[in-house]
Amino acid sequence: MAADRVDGYLRFRNVKKSYDQKTLVVKDFNLELAKGEFLTLLGPSGSGKTTVLMMMAGFESVTSGDILLDGNPITRTAPYKRNIGMVFQNYALFPHMSIAENLAYPLKVRKKSKAEIAERVQRYLDLIELGDFGNRTPGQLSGGQRQRVALARALIFGPSLVLMDEPLGALDKKLREQMQLEISRLHQKLGFTVIYVTHDQGEALTMSDRIAVFDRGVVQQCAAPDVLYEQPANAFVADFIGENNFLPGVVTRREGDWVRVRISGGGEIEARCADCGDVGSDCLISVRPEKLFIEEAGHDYDNRFGALLKTRLYVGDFIRYFFELDDGTEVVVKVLNDHAAPELSMSEKSLLLSRRRDCFAFARK
Amino acid sequence: MQRFPDYYGFWHRLGHYALRYTAYGVLGFLVLPILVIVPLSFNVEPFFSFTRGMLMLDPEAYSLRWYRAIVDNKNWILAIKNSFFIGIFATILATVLGTLAAVGLASPRMPFKRLIMALLLSPMIVPLIIIAAGMFFFYTKFNLAGTYLGLIIAHAALGVPFVIITVTATLSGFDRSLYHAGLSMGASPLRTFRDVVVPLIRPGVISGAMFAFVTSFDEVVLVLFLAGPGQRTIPRQMFSGLREQINPTILAVATLLILVSILFLVSLELLRRRSQRLRGIEE
Ligand SMILES: Nc1ncnc2c1ncn2[C@@H]1O[C@H](COP(=O)(O)OP(=O)(O)O)[C@@H](O)[C@H]1O
Ligand SMILES: [Mg+2]
Repeated sequence: MAADRVDGYLRFRNVKKSYDQKTLVVKDFNLELAKGEFLTLLGPSGSGKTTVLMMMAGFESVTSGDILLDGNPITRTAPYKRNIGMVFQNYALFPHMSIAENLAYPLKVRKKSKAEIAERVQRYLDLIELGDFGNRTPGQLSGGQRQRVALARALIFGPSLVLMDEPLGALDKKLREQMQLEISRLHQKLGFTVIYVTHDQGEALTMSDRIAVFDRGVVQQCAAPDVLYEQPANAFVADFIGENNFLPGVVTRREGDWVRVRISGGGEIEARCADCGDVGSDCLISVRPEKLFIEEAGHDYDNRFGALLKTRLYVGDFIRYFFELDDGTEVVVKVLNDHAAPELSMSEKSLLLSRRRDCFAFARK
Repeated sequence: MQRFPDYYGFWHRLGHYALRYTAYGVLGFLVLPILVIVPLSFNVEPFFSFTRGMLMLDPEAYSLRWYRAIVDNKNWILAIKNSFFIGIFATILATVLGTLAAVGLASPRMPFKRLIMALLLSPMIVPLIIIAAGMFFFYTKFNLAGTYLGLIIAHAALGVPFVIITVTATLSGFDRSLYHAGLSMGASPLRTFRDVVVPLIRPGVISGAMFAFVTSFDEVVLVLFLAGPGQRTIPRQMFSGLREQINPTILAVATLLILVSILFLVSLELLRRRSQRLRGIEE
């Protein structure tokens, strides 16, 4: 699929945004999207995600920089001429119109014939499995149904691009998972291009072709979900995506991509250098709880360091062990709950093991 | 008999009844002068007091005489026509301008919001007599004094604050993303305003319009200053009626006005419920 994409269908070039002419809410935003791609903007609340979408949709002006759609700058195009579909967190269905009228609205504005509107509205109602609900008002639907209508309404006029701002934020967990599947299904079926905004990493990881992790107005890393999880570019991404242990230390040797780090908790660790500095600089080692192992005989690991067991948390399908290093750093180890789960007694010194390719060294600021 | 909580002592109970009867007293004081007008307007005699016959509920003591007097008097007919003519056009003007002002003031981008709002609401606060004097001199310069147009503009200025307040209140519950949704679907700002904003703020617009109409309908100070003999309105006619030809015709007019007011109040209440229902759907 990736091969037949025309790259750079949508391009943000050095986009900056300031609301008060003093502080930049979005600082130097650069991003490229391929046609048909599902890209997620993932970042904590207040990081500027909505601002980016608002600039894309034309509801906020761009302070400087360009947004190019298919090679043409769109910053000077009025919002209603951009042909961009939008799904809002609170659905934004028109409460005074029926579901069918809501879906028909963008077609009516485009002066489609009555017959074509009726046919298309019915097709999209069927597509979201609300075929018989055309005459109801938004108030008579459940949250999940409303969000499906909002989705259909943003797609029905065949927009070149669809923006979704935390569309599932108001739904409960189970419904959210259903809707994630629903959106993915529609995306595969209709092939539109999406910028999806969320602060929920689970959502981002399961739905996206690529994820741009966004913090304090800057894209920290933009990559496929597995790359993001397995090769974070910096400490923010490592911390934000999934769970991670962070061990402070100092770089003692550096060979190409690999570094040796003396950790303050005692011991040396070999790790892949992500954005760490030269020999002698402070750094942070990150290693995920499921990539750490409690001493087992006969296994070959690159790194080993001693730790004291503090607490054991029985979760069911796995067990979490909380260890402490000599300097007080807490380290979590996650072990599948099978017969191999070790029986450890409290305050017993154990050796923790890891492969060097699962350890990453980041600059410590 | 009221059931009091067990811990209520003598003074508690006394206080309770004192409060209750004071409240009845105030209510009566407010309403009785208005209610008393209604039976008196059916008086057969040209008096402003109850006759023996009226008190005995003798049908002979009641008549529609003074209502007929309204219809027969061309001054009253002109005044009624004028009141509705000026009221309706002043209401249209105030509603259109007030709604646009409220929408503009609701925009997050609008500068000097508070100052502009204060200026637009000032006709509600500045003493009417001062407004009237100012308008008199100003309108005379533009040959607007003594014309319908002048009165319509003057009454519209008094009505605008009510429209702004009611529309602003409805807009405060208006979700801006609905407006953005309209734009994102390709509707121009004007079209979105017509198709999305107006239907949703309609209850506020209508109740504002009603307030504006009532304001114009019972306004007398500006009319005294600005109206020529041709533009006498109902309140102005009542005012002179009180001094010139003392008879219960004005009571009949007053009763009709009370009826109109009640109709307005009822429709306002129905509107309020409707808008609550619409908002309930929004949640
Ligand atoms: N209209 C606005 N005026 C001024 N500041 C704003 C406005 N919208 C957002 N901001 C500020 O910009 C920052 C980013 O907000 P936003 O884009 O909504 O973040 P996110 O969607 O990632 O939570 C926040 O600090 C917020 O306070
Ligand atoms: Mg947001």
